[in-house]
Amino acid sequence: MKTYEEINAKIEAKKAVVLTAEEIIDYVEKKGLRAAAEEVDVVTTATFGPMCSSGCFLNFGHSSPRIRISEAWLDDVRAYCGIAAVDVYLGATELRQGDPANLYHPGEFRFGGAHVIEKLVRGEKVQLFGLSYGTDCYPRREIRTWFTLKDLNQAIMTNPRNCYQNYNVAVNSSDRTIYTYLGQLKPGLKNATYCSAGQLSPLLNDPFYETIGVGTRVWLAGAQGIVYGEGTQHAGAVDRGGNGVPVEGGGTLALTADMKEMDPRWVRAVSLTGYGVSLSLGVGIPIPVLNKEILKRAAVRDRDILATVVDYATDYPNRTGKTLGRVTYEELRSGEISLGGKKVEAGSLSSYRYALEIAELLKAEIEAGRFTVSRPVRRLPVDRSFRPLAIKESERYG
Amino acid sequence: MAETAFTKKYFLYFPKCETEKPIVYHLVKDYNLMVNIFRAKVTPEEEGYLVLDLTGTAGDIARGLEFVRTFNVTVNEQSIGLRWDAERCTHCGNCLPHCPTRALDFKDRTTREVRFDAAACIECLSCVANCPFSACASVF
Repeated sequence: MKTYEEINAKIEAKKAVVLTAEEIIDYVEKKGLRAAAEEVDVVTTATFGPMCSSGCFLNFGHSSPRIRISEAWLDDVRAYCGIAAVDVYLGATELRQGDPANLYHPGEFRFGGAHVIEKLVRGEKVQLFGLSYGTDCYPRREIRTWFTLKDLNQAIMTNPRNCYQNYNVAVNSSDRTIYTYLGQLKPGLKNATYCSAGQLSPLLNDPFYETIGVGTRVWLAGAQGIVYGEGTQHAGAVDRGGNGVPVEGGGTLALTADMKEMDPRWVRAVSLTGYGVSLSLGVGIPIPVLNKEILKRAAVRDRDILATVVDYATDYPNRTGKTLGRVTYEELRSGEISLGGKKVEAGSLSSYRYALEIAELLKAEIEAGRFTVSRPVRRLPVDRSFRPLAIKESERYG
Repeated sequence: MAETAFTKKYFLYFPKCETEKPIVYHLVKDYNLMVNIFRAKVTPEEEGYLVLDLTGTAGDIARGLEFVRTFNVTVNEQSIGLRWDAERCTHCGNCLPHCPTRALDFKDRTTREVRFDAAACIECLSCVANCPFSACASVF
């Protein structure tokens, strides 16, 4: 019905009709699918939640005399140096040197890689401490200096697993409080945590990865980035509801963008008591309305998206595969779900409020002609399932 | 006509070395006040903090607070011992199931903007441990 080129021509002429994934729901209901698909060019989706698989490649440039840097700490957080000279990869979940982690349970996890990333995006000064073994071409063996984001040659956020299509709802059936990556779960199913923007979330609006694929231009914390590949743990072959929307994890996206263009509002370090450090990021992805089927899927609403409830006291850690049922995002967002007749309070780690704001920001960018849509260079696999890790006996000693 | 009693929350700051006086005892015995302590950290030789509700007539409360002030104790009527930083809050709502009094709640369920009602806060501090963005912090 419409091509990428036609939609981009309208965007460049500032005539594109853009609606957020929330607005499109009522619009389609009012106008009907066919008319809405003709009128609307782009639907903006967004999410803002903890994405542990975040990090960044930094290039420091060379000191005089030069150092290769084989070990590095940024504000005492270890960065990976097994790459080229003066390049490092800083991971969001890396803890500060000497952090007692969960030695005194539950640990606080006050500072880690994500906090360094947040500081950098805010323009704050960070300490680099580096060691090396010394070579003829890189003689220096130690360096301590301070830098800001501006001083770096490159600061490229590179996140191998973001934008989980859907996610578990976590509860705790045991008789003690547990601390998970989905927050504190009180005993006896007293609370439930979910983590998705539901009807606003990118891959819930494009469940078969028809428009979001490798090469798709995305809004990443204010910068224009791209989907550089399928995310780690991407598994399109999962249980899906009648509307095709996964009812469990499903797809993921690998994202990258220039940190120098990011807005600190959307790059926020997370400390999860008893679990660790993570990074919450704002992501916005436009869905071009190429035809009415794509629009139909982008008009999905919370009450038609299911999430699976999993017991994080036993079933999740032991990977039993047992689940406690399914609930809709409409129920989750009401603040209360029903589990076997019991009312359970539900909280979210993903901010719907921020997601909505990002969807609006992206909409404004597209309307202003500053953000065009891109045809993926490769589609994300729909048929791949998730592989577990087998614990094998050694062939030699087993 | 008897004055009507009301309840109000106060945040008391004790400078060093004024912490050994049985102030709460006197508030009850001498000023006829009902005291509900939310949280206290009053250690000899250190600064101290006390967050409490006082219930009584306006006159008794005023006289009681006057007595408290004679010990150089700072009485703050606007502040409480829990700080909620609106700038750090991302409105995820993870705190909501952990807040027993709905002091932290959505303004409305559609826009999902979190707001903090200091008057409803009982300083249980469960939000401090549960906010991933460190938006909640204890003053002491």
